[in-house]
Amino acid sequence: MAKVLVVTSGKGGVGKTTTTAAIGAALAQNGKKVVVVDFDVGLRNLDLVMGAERRVVFDLINVVQGVSKLPQALIRDKRLENLWLLPASQTRDKDALTEEGVGRVIAELRETFDWIICDSPAGIERGATLSMRYADEAIIVTNPEVSSVRDSDRIIGMLDSKTLKAEKGERVEKHILITRYDPARASRGEMLSIEDVLEILATPLLGIVPESQDVLRASNVGAPVTLNNPASAPARAYLDATRRLLGETVAMTVPAEKVGLMNRLLKRRAA
Amino acid sequence: MSMKLLRLFGGREASAPAAVARERLQILLAHERGLLGQQPDLLSKLREEILAAVSRHVALDPDKVIVRMERGKTVSTLEVDIELPNGLEPALAAAG
Repeated sequence: MAKVLVVTSGKGGVGKTTTTAAIGAALAQNGKKVVVVDFDVGLRNLDLVMGAERRVVFDLINVVQGVSKLPQALIRDKRLENLWLLPASQTRDKDALTEEGVGRVIAELRETFDWIICDSPAGIERGATLSMRYADEAIIVTNPEVSSVRDSDRIIGMLDSKTLKAEKGERVEKHILITRYDPARASRGEMLSIEDVLEILATPLLGIVPESQDVLRASNVGAPVTLNNPASAPARAYLDATRRLLGETVAMTVPAEKVGLMNRLLKRRAA
Repeated sequence: MSMKLLRLFGGREASAPAAVARERLQILLAHERGLLGQQPDLLSKLREEILAAVSRHVALDPDKVIVRMERGKTVSTLEVDIELPNGLEPALAAAG
């Protein structure tokens, strides 16, 4: 049965689009038929991160408004034949999205795909509320930092009240994904710990993705980090998170500092 | 030197920035969850009723009433911190 997964956060710049692309690609590699849908109308970026920016002809708004048919707007990934992108419009604004129209598109996508991953825009306005409206599951992308945790808390409240599932008295299955985690700063007590974040948000953890240059490198070349460098630390974290999403039990690894004890000693002495 | 060694072997200072961040967040979110009606509004209700009870006897600055909940694994604690204006001590002593 098709699953609608929203990747959301409230706050901008925490890694929603990176996460959508990375987990979308990982699910497709697991043999699932996946579509990633960009809800950031007016500021689309998922096309760029997926390396499909020059292939966009029609978009979500066109489909919602009946200007184009859904298959015309879907872009098939060049690397994975199971992976598709439904881009957002760059010229329209988010008011062009209607609840009824988005509902129709999601219902149609449910007929062909195993996973429909909705990349939410930042904020709590129309684009964000519509991206979560029809969700069965949610990934709340959170940085271990006060403003991100506060916004995540707000988004969790919306997932529990403003979604179709919530209105029917059911629950959207929620997962916290901690991104941009810096082990060095965490060990110095400069960053909210993972335990702190989970205790405050009272939501289960899907994975911990370390801050890494590999994420930037992947977006530079337009490839999901899980495809661009599968052996890198962030890619491994995303691959593990994807397996957990599929119901497997995978031991949680907390990213650790790479420097050995000797280096640490030397570094401390130099400082 | 000793501080450096302590830190090297995992000793954390009490006022580590992360601890400050956690405490600020817990207070803020307890308040916001109440405002937005997402969670049972226990803390703000307690605060309101404590404020009302004490105000019947002593003039208070409402901003100086802090109610805080610490959730632990086995027990949780409720901390009530009320700052009284100076000059009230004799009255309180007499009442006590």
